[in-house]
Amino acid sequence: MSTESAYLDMSIATGKAPSLAHSWSEGRALVNVLLTIGAWAVALLASIPLVSVLYMLTVEGGSRLSLELFTELPPAGFETGGGFGNAIVGTLVMVAIAAAISIPVGVLAAIYLSELGPNSKLGQASRFLAKVLTGFPSILAGVFVYAVVVLAMGTYSATAGGIALAILMLPTVVLTAEEALKMVPRKMKDAALGIGCTRTQMIWKVVLPTALPGILTGVMLGVARVSGESAPLLFTALFSNYWLSRLNEPTASLSILIFNFSSMPFENQIQLAWAASLVLVLIVLVFNIASRLLGRPKY
Amino acid sequence: MSDHPFAIAANSNAVSQAPTGGEYVIDRLFRAFALIAASLLILLVGYIIWKIGGQALPAIRDYHLDFLTTSTWNVQEKKFGILPGIWGTLYSSLLALLIGGFFGLTVAIFLTQDFLPKRLAFLFRLVIEMLAAIPSVVFGLWGIFVVIPAIRPAANWLNEHLGFIPFFGSSLSGPGLLPAAIVLAIMILPTVAAISQDALNSVPYRTKEAAYGMGATKWEVILKVMVPTAAGGIFSAMVLGFGRALGETMALAMLIGNSNQVTLSLFAPAETLAALLASHFPEAGPVEVQALMYAALVLLAITLIVNIAGIGLLTLTQRRISGKA
Repeated sequence: MSTESAYLDMSIATGKAPSLAHSWSEGRALVNVLLTIGAWAVALLASIPLVSVLYMLTVEGGSRLSLELFTELPPAGFETGGGFGNAIVGTLVMVAIAAAISIPVGVLAAIYLSELGPNSKLGQASRFLAKVLTGFPSILAGVFVYAVVVLAMGTYSATAGGIALAILMLPTVVLTAEEALKMVPRKMKDAALGIGCTRTQMIWKVVLPTALPGILTGVMLGVARVSGESAPLLFTALFSNYWLSRLNEPTASLSILIFNFSSMPFENQIQLAWAASLVLVLIVLVFNIASRLLGRPKY
Repeated sequence: MSDHPFAIAANSNAVSQAPTGGEYVIDRLFRAFALIAASLLILLVGYIIWKIGGQALPAIRDYHLDFLTTSTWNVQEKKFGILPGIWGTLYSSLLALLIGGFFGLTVAIFLTQDFLPKRLAFLFRLVIEMLAAIPSVVFGLWGIFVVIPAIRPAANWLNEHLGFIPFFGSSLSGPGLLPAAIVLAIMILPTVAAISQDALNSVPYRTKEAAYGMGATKWEVILKVMVPTAAGGIFSAMVLGFGRALGETMALAMLIGNSNQVTLSLFAPAETLAALLASHFPEAGPVEVQALMYAALVLLAITLIVNIAGIGLLTLTQRRISGKA
């Protein structure tokens, strides 16, 4: 403070305008520079994990990448070679089950939230709970499905795994689809209603086609999120060393394979865990990129 | 009912046409389905609480609240307690919040306050968002083979020279609290960064201009104007990040060591509720499953409270900001 008033006095005395630039010797300018350097350091440090993960995936996983990974079954203890074809199939099947359940329910709920009862008690309550569900621990989805589906069916199964994933995918689909539907201009909806459309016709012929890219973004994000999940599959789908033949039997998945193999004392299994991680990350990234390409909401 | 679409359409000219009886029925049916789908979300949350609670009931009757305050987990003697799990869950999540919160907020400031040209900022934002796309189990694998070896020398040096401080009270032999917390911090960083960015971006531009106009330096603007103005949103980012950390499972099950003890030491193996579920559930018999259901209920209660608080807070601050503007 005293420096500034000194500048002011000086400039009044000399009749010259005071310099507005911060001098380096000034304490607060120095603090400013130091903090900027600190922020750069923190930002660079924060990008190290991703770089390191991607490096390990390409080096450790990439070196093992071959065609037999996709066609062979997981090896036992001291065996060499092997692959995880059944786990890839299992992951894709369970994600497909999850999508088949959560997309219709999620989009319908989103239609209610954005078009039919945005400010109704029910609408507000279910929007709030959808947000709460986004932070729902994935392991609890597993516990819940174990109690409801696995105990009832008497066996671990791909169906149970798919349902557990659907619970985790649902809030993502609902919330992003609602945003997409809300972005359809009011005028278009009014125009449709104005020529005598029912609400249903308006939604099917005007709102949904217009909002489709945004809805697909949400669906892809949901798929990307659940395809990497493992906790909900641990005791719903369990694992299997064989190819999937029926939906009501234990099913392999990439993430559980990584979990199981990571704690094994065999070099071959560790390598396979890295290769499976690479494949899993690629699958997740494909869906992630797809969701970006399909059109991001413009903030 | 004069503004009802059907009433409007009834006064039709050549373009518009009133819906036929069939269309009217389809409309009602579709709207009923949408209503059911929206109610399904509410029913689902209710059913989850009811089902897990119901499964836990026998264990609640058997072990009462002692379950929360004891630390034996012995299936043969049917003695179960989850104090280490509760302690480890809170301890590891707080540590993760401390690290991840600091990094997340700094990254959010870095990305929103013109430190980078637009394109570079976009690229860097992508790097942070991609962190959120890496599956938990891959982070676990990475933690085992990269993080633990990387921090072991430093950890053991601290234990040797400063071992009298409780935090450094044991050596890091493999899995432990610190590697778990570090990986957890990385996993919540994108959440904290994304919500904090939204909060910082929603501060009106003229607020920032006013501060610059008074001769404040860039960091004075950030620390004395931007961050306090966005404090509500940033705080809810921290709460939601904390909530995410509490429920995170696989990376922790792989990194924390699954040891049933309450310890202050950063390098000792510990236990979290989620990891306890993940490691015991697959091989549990009926008695143990009941105890695990009780543990699941406790985890559900903790995460629900934290998440509801975080989302409520976020809605409240967003409403306040938009109300002002």
